[in-house]
Amino acid sequence: MSASDLKLIEPPVSDASAPFWDATRERRFVLPYSTATGRAVWYPREVDPAAPDQPFEWREASGDGVVYAASVHHKPGPGRDPEAGPYVVALVELPEGVRVMSNVVGCPPDDVVVGMAVRLVWHPLSDGRHLPQFTPA
Amino acid sequence: MSARTLRGAAALVGVADAASPTGELDTHGRALEVAMIHEALADAGLTLDDVDGVAHAGSAGGLAEFLGIRPRYLDGTMVGGSSYELHVEHAAAAIAAGLCDVVVGVYAATPRSDRTRPGGQRRAMPPGPNPMLEWEMPYGLRLPMGAYALAASRHMAQYGTTAEQLAQIAVDTRRWASMNPRARFQEPITVDDVLASPMIASPLHLLDCCLVTDGAGAFVLASAERARDLARPPVYVLGAATGGTHQMITEMPDLTVTGGAVSGPAAFEMAGIKHDDVDLLMGYDSFTITALLHLEDLGFCAKGEGGAFAADGRLGPGGSLPMNTNGGGLSYTHPGMYGMFLLVEAVRQLRGEAGERQIDEHRVAVAHGSGGVLSTMGTVVLGTEETL
Repeated sequence: MSASDLKLIEPPVSDASAPFWDATRERRFVLPYSTATGRAVWYPREVDPAAPDQPFEWREASGDGVVYAASVHHKPGPGRDPEAGPYVVALVELPEGVRVMSNVVGCPPDDVVVGMAVRLVWHPLSDGRHLPQFTPA
Repeated sequence: MSARTLRGAAALVGVADAASPTGELDTHGRALEVAMIHEALADAGLTLDDVDGVAHAGSAGGLAEFLGIRPRYLDGTMVGGSSYELHVEHAAAAIAAGLCDVVVGVYAATPRSDRTRPGGQRRAMPPGPNPMLEWEMPYGLRLPMGAYALAASRHMAQYGTTAEQLAQIAVDTRRWASMNPRARFQEPITVDDVLASPMIASPLHLLDCCLVTDGAGAFVLASAERARDLARPPVYVLGAATGGTHQMITEMPDLTVTGGAVSGPAAFEMAGIKHDDVDLLMGYDSFTITALLHLEDLGFCAKGEGGAFAADGRLGPGGSLPMNTNGGGLSYTHPGMYGMFLLVEAVRQLRGEAGERQIDEHRVAVAHGSGGVLSTMGTVVLGTEETL
């Protein structure tokens, strides 16, 4: 199965996440930073809970990551084709200081282990956006 | 305010629950809730006229209206499966503060028979901003087991916990279920059976996962003063506390540490008990990993040692720490929000009414609920009159 055949729930865009998804059209992976704390905030929120009257500053991430936890889903989740076989759902820690959910693709699912270094790849969505995924670095 | 304690202020005076080996019940919805409430009130020797508080994870007002009562205390706390432990905590606090005297809490869900009942299917996700839909669902996370699988993978990688150790929890729980004639599954299983069952979301096999059954239950919590002269021996709330850490699994600060590390010690301290005092642990077992995390976070063993702790069979019949004597969510019943059944079984064991599965020492029990995806923990320490 090629990546473009992947069936999935395409993420909706909210006011909070529009800057993130707009950047993915250019295959840029950006994170919102709190101007109050200087730290990246995940997930993108409507307002900064540390400073509700200040907008987030969006900065591009390195695209590096480390697998924090991983599960090979043999019984698929919503939106996934049961015929497509097992796939990896992982939590990936980014050096920017946040942890995101993703898939690790491009290798046999059972090869994915906690602690593995991974690198950002993009899966095209139907509307020109891209979904960030990871592959072994 | 005086000392920050609920110890002995309120007691569970009536309980009821319903489950069936078929996994299905004949009634559903409000009819099932009202049946449970009447059964729990009858158990206590009380009637609806005595009730001045209601707790319901979703529609406390709607329930009161349906019952035709005008409560002065309503709790609609909804945090998933541990809602009922929080309901007891909140109601005990309300009773301690003099806000009310007799609170009923109820739960009913029939996900199994809903599959074939017209109009019984689950409704779609509510509209509006939904971080889980934006940031988890596109990756095909299968809930709830996917979230727990991630926690188990992390625990295994960090502490060397094995699939065999997790499986032992399912095995011991099934041993208890074999003594509960209402349990969905009563046939003994082995570690090999668990490991040979289909992998659902690695590292969790089918038999690491809780059931999907119909089920219902209710409790009546009364002030200590009211509790003294009712039908059954009161089971006192000795301590209660809550610990919340996140809502969706991506946001869990450390996938090996739950809010039980906060709620457990706080509830134990309030109760004035140590681990050796605990005769029964009712620890929410949505998955084997859930129960393992409770053992560590409540302090029955050190962090990371839950696998070895559970592996010697001490949680089963005849063991030093009886856990989930009704057969748990893994083998008795799991209608979706199982916390009510922790309380009901704890009360029955402390009253010495558990039949074949009755434990010998039964003075102190801990009901420890887990809600969401390891999100909100509620610990309730219960004790007989002699523990006051």
